[in-house]
Amino acid sequence: MTDTVYIRLRQLLGSTSVERDASGVPRASPESPEAMAEACALAHAEGWRVRVEGRGTWLPPDAPADLVLTARALDQVVSVAPADLVSTVQAGTTLESLRRQLADSGMWFAADPPGRPDRTIGSILATATPGPLRLGFGPIRDHVLGCTFVTGDGRVVTAGGRVVKNVAGFDLTKLHIGGFGGFGILTEVHLRLRALPRADVTVVTRGSRDDLLAVSRAAMEEGLAPAAMELFSPALAADPSWLLAVRLLGLEEAVHADLNRLPGDEGTTWQPIPADQSSVFWTLTGRAALSGPIALRLGALAEGLDETLDLLSHHLDEGMVSAGAGDGTVRWIGETGVDRVRALRKAAAAREIPLTLERAPWGFRKVVGHFGAYREGVGQLVQRLRETYDPSERFSVALESREDG
Amino acid sequence: MRSRPAELATYRSDGLPTHESVPGLVVLPGSREEVIAVVQQLQRRGIPFVARGAGTGLSGGALADPDAVLITLTRLNRIKSVDPARKRAIVEPGVVNARLSEAVARYGLQYAPDPSSQSACTVGGNVAENAGGPHCLKYGVTTNHVTALEILLPDGSLARLGSPQGEAWGPDLVGLFVGSEGMFGIALEICVRLVPLPASVRTMLAAFASVREASQAVSSIIASGIVPAALEMMDRSCVLAVEASMYAAGYPTDAAAVLLVELDGAPETVAAEAVIVELLLAGHGARSVATASTAAERARLWQGRKKAFGAMGRLAPDLAVQDAVVPRSSLPDVLDRIEAIRLRHDLVISNVFHAGDGNLHPNISFDRRDPELSARVREANREIMEACLAAGGSLTGEHGVGSDKIDYMPLMFDAASLGAMCDLRRVFDPGERSNPGKVVPMHACREWRRGTPVERRIPV
Repeated sequence: MTDTVYIRLRQLLGSTSVERDASGVPRASPESPEAMAEACALAHAEGWRVRVEGRGTWLPPDAPADLVLTARALDQVVSVAPADLVSTVQAGTTLESLRRQLADSGMWFAADPPGRPDRTIGSILATATPGPLRLGFGPIRDHVLGCTFVTGDGRVVTAGGRVVKNVAGFDLTKLHIGGFGGFGILTEVHLRLRALPRADVTVVTRGSRDDLLAVSRAAMEEGLAPAAMELFSPALAADPSWLLAVRLLGLEEAVHADLNRLPGDEGTTWQPIPADQSSVFWTLTGRAALSGPIALRLGALAEGLDETLDLLSHHLDEGMVSAGAGDGTVRWIGETGVDRVRALRKAAAAREIPLTLERAPWGFRKVVGHFGAYREGVGQLVQRLRETYDPSERFSVALESREDG
Repeated sequence: MRSRPAELATYRSDGLPTHESVPGLVVLPGSREEVIAVVQQLQRRGIPFVARGAGTGLSGGALADPDAVLITLTRLNRIKSVDPARKRAIVEPGVVNARLSEAVARYGLQYAPDPSSQSACTVGGNVAENAGGPHCLKYGVTTNHVTALEILLPDGSLARLGSPQGEAWGPDLVGLFVGSEGMFGIALEICVRLVPLPASVRTMLAAFASVREASQAVSSIIASGIVPAALEMMDRSCVLAVEASMYAAGYPTDAAAVLLVELDGAPETVAAEAVIVELLLAGHGARSVATASTAAERARLWQGRKKAFGAMGRLAPDLAVQDAVVPRSSLPDVLDRIEAIRLRHDLVISNVFHAGDGNLHPNISFDRRDPELSARVREANREIMEACLAAGGSLTGEHGVGSDKIDYMPLMFDAASLGAMCDLRRVFDPGERSNPGKVVPMHACREWRRGTPVERRIPV
């Protein structure tokens, strides 16, 4: 079968666009959205299962499939408009490559997703995995103005646009941000950018979890507007105590004013991270998400974060935790069992906190699913969305929990 | 229930009087349960319906045909809960936008999206249209502030989307629903994010001798990295209309354009940003920059802007309202083109818009009883729209497509993309009974047969 698939794909896309991955599965890297659509249409017509991949560095490339489709050959930054703060990029562009090209024009993509810097933009958007900057710049969805995607049956669809405000037509872009590739393959996206900040200062303080949560609450009450305020568990920080890191961005005067407003009583000492090391600090803490086989996210509120963290350590273990002290999003990284995550998902759902499985080996995620514990009416809508945009379920994706969906 | 012709006639248009349609029946349910019962009845009988808030929409979006029932939701106007610690409020769809902000102000909070019609428009209508407003430049539009929804699907069933934090339970169904223009169902309960009132606000008014200089100033402020809370432009025609009305704000009537710039945040931040903004304004030829020094002065400056549409009502009986968006860097060129179109068709156009977002409102004053003039207005409208799209823009930034811009949709999206939108609508409303005939021109959609291979060039 894989030989047939391999030969047919090479006939369709040319021999340079098709190779075999480490386990021998044919992997096609189409060089245009149209070629991607043709490959999807072929798989759809032939009944082949498709694994959608970026560079295979976030989700393990282990979903069972007859072929792999990757946008990695679609790796061009199509346009950068400094005066508009908008960039159009192909989905296979890596985050580090985009950063480099934007920096030349004094701009940046103000998101710091977990994982390696060579993750593709398509991977970051499809999994909607936010980093600490979600506090200042919102979740991944807030950075995306429009997109082109290919459906499971090979349609090329555009949605949204290149402007920062747009209500023309239904917002199909939202379907793909955090859709885990269940509804189509992103080929090109329009991103909202920011001008590089004049000052970018990170300070950290150490202490007990509860003390640091109190400090972060005081900071928010003080009217501080940090771009990030992240709490790291000792295991993640590789430190005997918990670590609270605050990142302040903007004009020098504003950043310094905020630094002076940091709560500083009762022995809280803030240690600045030297400017030349702060980017390494944030990259490393983000990369820690790869240091366990499983990463999951709880969408909690900052108010009551201590209870959410208790819930997490009760069901799993304290482990490696990165928690948004200002926004409430919690990421846990480690190794655990299916039943424990299911029990946590159920307990979290009872508190109106969704649990998203961000990353896990196939054997784990096919049972737990990226999503689960749906509220009333959601399961039916998700099923119809699947039928609509991937009519014969060609995409090999573990969207939903097998048991509690 | 309203069924007498005179009663029904009052619902024949929304805020855009150029589109009219008299509904077959109007119902005004008084509770969530009554809405559900009505929609279930309509489902059983296969009758289409249109949900409506305060009727302030500007796209002919909440119009019902004689074969449809108009469901007015203004009686569902309870703020069900406010949680200041978690910065969330849960409201019914008929709650008036400004009333929500008033109700949470005592906690030092506000509901940020502020459409010009905020003293009348409802949060449910804002959700349907993904409404914006001047302060959305910094704070984001409705979709950035709605975290969870209880929706009533057109088949009479309920769905609970999103969570208090905003994180979804699966795909981003809240994101899909917000801005669906009433075609996916009815929002019965809306959970919104509240944001702290800023510690400090500075409102400035800059006068320019040309529209081009003013729009270049806008581009340079955006490119500087400063994100003002609001950055609004009004041209001379608009300023004259405002100053001649009861909303006179003291705008300089001899300027070709004025910019209203508002900065907010921590006092040190605002002070530092103000220095840079003033330099940029002066560098692009601002004749004068006035700063409001009291809350009353600030309110007065904003009054003129917020009531500009009303003030234009003095210019002529009718107003054709546009809402296109262009990349901010193309503002100077697009505004030049609009001026050329105005001259060619000999029309009165007043520009009042969210310059920081590139969201234009070139409004054409006319009298629809004059068929020759109306024809010129239609032609100019189309030319303006085409100029905005040619610059890489969008048909609409905050008003929605509704009935008004539906014919332009194929200029922006191809048949496959329009078809994918129709498909999305059918996910929520397979019977296509909720607000039928809006947003997507069905004749321009490519139809897709589900589950069968798409015809393509596939080598054998």
